Amino acid sequence: MDAMQVKFLAMGIINGFAVGAIYALLALGFVVIFKATDIFNFAQGEIMMFGAYMAMLMSNALVGKLGIVAAFTLAFLISSFTTALLASICEMTVVRPMLGKPVLSIIMITLGLAFVLRGGVEFIWGPEELPFYKPFRDAPLLVQGVPIAEVRLYTIVTSLILMGVFFLFFKYSNKGLGMRATAEDQETAFLMGINVKRIFTMSWAIAGIVGAVGGIFLGSTVGNLVPYLSHMGLRALPAVILGGMNSITGAIIGGLILGVCENLAGTYIAPHIGGGDIKEITSYVIVLVVMMIRPHGLFGTKEIERV
Amino acid sequence: MAVTRYCTRTYLQDQRIFPSHSAKISLTLFVIFLVLLPAFAGQYLLLVASLCGIATISVLGLNILTGYTGQLSLGHAAFMAIGGYTVALTGEHFHLPFELNLILAGVVASIAGLVVAIPSLRLKGLYLIITTMAFQFIVEYVLLHWESLTEGERGIPIHAYSLFQLNLDDRSQQFYVVLVLAIAATILTKNLAMSRTGRAFVAVRDHDIAAEIIGVNLAKHKIMSFIASSFMAGIGGCLYAYVYQRITPEIFTFMVSIEYVAMIIVGGMGTVVGGILGACFMTLLPQFLGLIFGPLSSAYPFMSSRLGAINIMIYGMIIIFFLLFEPEGLFGIWIRIKNYWKPWPFKY
Repeated sequence: MDAMQVKFLAMGIINGFAVGAIYALLALGFVVIFKATDIFNFAQGEIMMFGAYMAMLMSNALVGKLGIVAAFTLAFLISSFTTALLASICEMTVVRPMLGKPVLSIIMITLGLAFVLRGGVEFIWGPEELPFYKPFRDAPLLVQGVPIAEVRLYTIVTSLILMGVFFLFFKYSNKGLGMRATAEDQETAFLMGINVKRIFTMSWAIAGIVGAVGGIFLGSTVGNLVPYLSHMGLRALPAVILGGMNSITGAIIGGLILGVCENLAGTYIAPHIGGGDIKEITSYVIVLVVMMIRPHGLFGTKEIERV
Repeated sequence: MAVTRYCTRTYLQDQRIFPSHSAKISLTLFVIFLVLLPAFAGQYLLLVASLCGIATISVLGLNILTGYTGQLSLGHAAFMAIGGYTVALTGEHFHLPFELNLILAGVVASIAGLVVAIPSLRLKGLYLIITTMAFQFIVEYVLLHWESLTEGERGIPIHAYSLFQLNLDDRSQQFYVVLVLAIAATILTKNLAMSRTGRAFVAVRDHDIAAEIIGVNLAKHKIMSFIASSFMAGIGGCLYAYVYQRITPEIFTFMVSIEYVAMIIVGGMGTVVGGILGACFMTLLPQFLGLIFGPLSSAYPFMSSRLGAINIMIYGMIIIFFLLFEPEGLFGIWIRIKNYWKPWPFKY
């Protein structure tokens, strides 16, 4: 391998990390909800898409009055807040009555929710591609001679900060402790005086925030928004499977691994098979293989059942 | 699962195909109505009726897998696609006759079902859903990108075909073929559900470990239900290809898989009648929506680009509505109405 190839590989890996960071944010949203409420949320991709569209709306409205960076930052915050609000409303109205129902019902109701959200976004903003304002320069930065797009670096850094914040939140804050207790055993947590309903809503709100952040960076990376973006939510599912359903660190590691694998597959495998973007299904192939070897995910633990 | 049979005292009573005389009579009348349908229905109505029949065949397959055996699948459309493409390839390259094609489509799809079933034996619930979803996406991708075999996006045209010297280009004759197969599928599913195997399926769904302790062979029954389900999906896909006379990867997307699961939820899980009701409801829904929104979109040009969005929202709302307020589906509503009228005018 000469120096050129090493650089190429490094570029692939770093870009993969950037995509992986978005996957990790999505997977974090899945896992937070799953841990606290035992509900698997197929609408996470749509929540993410809503966040991206909201940010676009806000930055378009604000960019004339403020500078582009200030507008983007403000849009970022407003979008996170509104997305969290939307996710909480969804939880309170649609999902909460489904607690304790069979898996299929829960999954179908979140899929129904996903349809409604996707349809709603498409109804408001239309099915066309819309440009996404972003404060990042197009010219790539050179890190040790390896060209990296600025947006990708920001994605990695912001995601890492957000993940760190949530890690500390779960580990040390009172609310985080309550969430972990609820995840462990809802009834016992309830008896201990934890407001379980509020914890449920909060878990959806957190999923909304990480979804919005993921969506904004995805929009900045791609450069435009289409309702089709929500499919990223399904593509992130294998990250959760890789990491195990109930492990937050697992989800983050799973997301990063997935992003890197996908990007490397796109670089090294795609030219040999010809036709199509192999990236689209890399994650699904990985999940099939993992499921065959370890039916409970890479880091997941086997559930023990009683008859 | 709704309780449908009251007052059965013997196993013989419980195992009858028709629960009562009135059911027998009304079903016979319904079949006669369907047989006479081409006499007064137009071409378009017949096409819609054929689509309902195809959806019925396919959804009964999914009902065996998900409704009876409790194995959740979001990859039903992939099996339909495999059936459809089998027909397109064998029909166009080898010019096999229709009857052989039909069986071949089912067999190839059920082989694919076997391939998915074996690794899925250890999986449950959510993990199974994600695995079948992954299978669906991979099949979709392969169909779209293996251009030398599947012609990619353009799809494969399927030419005129015949069955026992009948020319099946005609909509009414197509309808009869679909009708016969749909009735066969219904009888088959009902029979299966009431046999020992069907009861074993239900035992696996209700509690797999308990079922294994009673002596139900888990692996065997899960594989059997996967094979039966994908066989019927293959038949459905095959008929779909014949009715549309062209097959493209866009026909059998992930959305269609979700739609099929929605059908068994809307209709009623784990019941034959529910499956049929759900299939007809979800097939007729886009037609109704077209009737309502067609004039609207010609009146307001803005609406025409939003039609897809409105449709998808209504789909989502229907799924949410049924799950929240009517978890037993249309079949549950039907049973409730029936039970209300049984002791009428007394309360009970």
